[in-house]
Amino acid sequence: MALETGGYLSEAGAAKLPGVPSRNRMERGACAVIECAQAIPCNPCVTACPEQAISIGIPLTRLPVLAEDACTGCGLCVAICPGLAIFNIELNYDEKHSRISLPYEFYPLPAVDDPVRVLGRNGEKLCSSRILKVRTAKQFDHTAVVSFLVPKHLAMAARNIRPNRANDNE
Amino acid sequence: MKKKQLVVVGSGPAGLSAAVQAAEYGVEVMLLDEHSRPGGQLFKQIHKFFGSHSHYAGMRGPDIGRLLLERAQSRGVCISLETTVWGIFQDRVLGLVSGDRTDRIQADKIILATGATENALRFPGWTLPGVMGAGAVQTMVNLHRVLPGKRFLMVGSGNVGLIVSYHLLQAGGHVVKLVEALPRISGWGVHASKLARCGVPIEVSKTVKRVCGRDRVEYAELVSVDAEWNEIPGTKERIEVDVVCVAVGLNPLSELAWIAGCGHKYIPELGGWVPRHDESLQTLVPGIYVAGDVTGIDEASTAMEEGRIAGISAAETLGCISGGAADAVRDKAYTQLAEFHQSPWGIRLEAAQRKLRAGEQDGA
Amino acid sequence: MGKPNHLKKDMRIKNHPILGKAPDGVWVEIEVDGESIPALEGEPIAAALTAAGIRILRITKKYAEPRGVTCAIGRCTDCIMEVDGRPNVRTCVTAVKAGMIIRTLKE
Repeated sequence: MALETGGYLSEAGAAKLPGVPSRNRMERGACAVIECAQAIPCNPCVTACPEQAISIGIPLTRLPVLAEDACTGCGLCVAICPGLAIFNIELNYDEKHSRISLPYEFYPLPAVDDPVRVLGRNGEKLCSSRILKVRTAKQFDHTAVVSFLVPKHLAMAARNIRPNRANDNE
Repeated sequence: MKKKQLVVVGSGPAGLSAAVQAAEYGVEVMLLDEHSRPGGQLFKQIHKFFGSHSHYAGMRGPDIGRLLLERAQSRGVCISLETTVWGIFQDRVLGLVSGDRTDRIQADKIILATGATENALRFPGWTLPGVMGAGAVQTMVNLHRVLPGKRFLMVGSGNVGLIVSYHLLQAGGHVVKLVEALPRISGWGVHASKLARCGVPIEVSKTVKRVCGRDRVEYAELVSVDAEWNEIPGTKERIEVDVVCVAVGLNPLSELAWIAGCGHKYIPELGGWVPRHDESLQTLVPGIYVAGDVTGIDEASTAMEEGRIAGISAAETLGCISGGAADAVRDKAYTQLAEFHQSPWGIRLEAAQRKLRAGEQDGA
Repeated sequence: MGKPNHLKKDMRIKNHPILGKAPDGVWVEIEVDGESIPALEGEPIAAALTAAGIRILRITKKYAEPRGVTCAIGRCTDCIMEVDGRPNVRTCVTAVKAGMIIRTLKE
C-alpha cells in the first residue's frame, strides 16, 4: 500500500475513505475532504465542525466519517487537523476549474496572486496556478489555509503548493 | 538536611503533571530539572498533537508546556532548574549539584520522570561532525533556532524521524531523503504524507552503509536491504548531505532508578531497561515512583496521564487523599491511557505495560 | 531547492512559520580559537558555533578524530571544549557570556 511504503495515499485509496465525499456531493458544492486513513487516536476535527458533520465516536482511533449532506464546505476543519490531512474542495468553482483549499505551515506565507507550482501527494508537479486566497486566524494557530485553482481533472490529486522563487531551478 | 514531602525529578510532561496533581491535594512539591528550561521535550514539539480534548489535541507542544508550567507555579510547586540529581541514597536522600553548589535533600516520596535518550546507530563515519540524533537536530532548530547544516539525510521513519524531517522543512532545511531499513514506514502515515507532498523521497528497505568526509559529513552511502537485513548487492547509492540525522528510537533514562536500587526488566516494546513498578507506579523501592518515558517509550500525552497516576499515588501515601478518591483518579487515567493505546502499536505497548505492572502486584 | 530567503547567511533561523520572528537578544562577542564570533547572550555555546558554521568542536586524544554536536542535550560529551580556561565544558548546555574564551580541546 502506497501509504506504508511510500508515505502517501493513492488517489484511488483516498477516494475510498469514509471522510472523503462522493463525487455526487462534490458536484453540488464545496465540501470537506478528510484523507485520514489510519487508526490514530485523534478527534479535534469532530469539535471543529460547526455543523457536526464529522464523527468519530469511541474509540478515538476510528476513522472520521463525513456526513456529506451536513457539510457546508465552510473549511473550518482544514486548519485544525494535526495531521494536515483535511482539504476543502469546490469541484465546480467555474466551468473549467476546481478550487482547492489546503493547510499550509511554511514561511513565507504566499500572497494573493503569487504564482505557485501545484504538487500532488507524491510531490510531483501537476500544474501552475496562482494563489486565490490566504486565510489565517488566531484559532488556526499558525496553520494558514491557502486556496488556488486547478483544472477540474486535478481536483483529487492536487495536495500542495510550492511558491515560485527567484532562483528555483527545479 | 533539607526535607521535602515530594521531590519530582524531571520537568517534562510527566514530571509537570505529577507535580500539579500532587500539589492539588496539598502536597509540598519540589520539581527539579538539570536543564535551564523546564518542559522536557515539549517546547521542541512545535506540531499539533493528536488525541482528544483532554489530551490537549490540536495544541502545539510549547503551548501545552506553558499551560502545565502555569498550573504548577500557581499551585506553589517549587521549581529548581539547572539542578542535577546525581545520586539517590538510603531513606530517599537525593544528592543534588547545581553549578558549583552541592546539596542533599531528604524526600518522603520521589517521582522519577527522567524521560528517555536517543539510541545511536553505528556505521563507518558515525562519529563525524554532522552525524546527530534527530532529537538533537530538533533541539538546535526549534529551541536554539540554528540550522546545523543545509542538506539532511534522515535515517528512520518512526514518528520522530518523520516529524523532525517536517520541522527541518519548516526551518528552511533541505531533507534530501528519508530512509527506513524496514520494508514499511513505522510512523503515522499522515506525518509521512506531509513530507511526500513536499517532494521528500521516503525509501523503505534502505539504510545508511557509511558516511564520509574529511572532518565533517560530506556524503552518505545508502544501500538497500532484504528482509534479513542483508545488503542487496548493486544497490549502493551516494547522496551529498552535510547532516545525517539518526532517528532509530529512544530508550528510558533509568540511571537514577538503578542507582536508587530499583529493579529493572528488559522489555523491547518499551525501549529497553524499564524500572519495575506496580499499578500505582511505585517501584520496588518504597516511596520511589516513576512516570513518563522512563516507564516505557511512549508520547507526551501518555506521559501526562502517568504523571497524574504517580502524583496521586504519592499524595495518597502521604495521607493527603483517601484511597478511594485516589483510585478514582487512577482509574480515569488508565482509561485515558487505554483509549490512547488503541492503535496496532499502542495495543502491543499497553499489553507489555499491563504485564509489567501486574507482575509487581503478584510480587513476581 | 533554492536557498530559502529567511535564513541569514549565518545559519540562524530569522523567521519561522510556527516560532515566528527571532526574538531580540543581546549580541555579544566570544572568542573561539583566537577568532571572534558573534553570539547571543544566554544561548548555548554550541548553538553560536553551529550558527557560525563551526562544526568541529573537539579532536580526540587517541586517534585525533574530529567530533561535533551529537545529542545537543548534555549527555554524550562530544561537544566538550575549554571555556575560560576550564576544560571539558559541555558547550551544548552552557550559556554564552560576553567575552568568553573558547578553545578546541586537542588532548
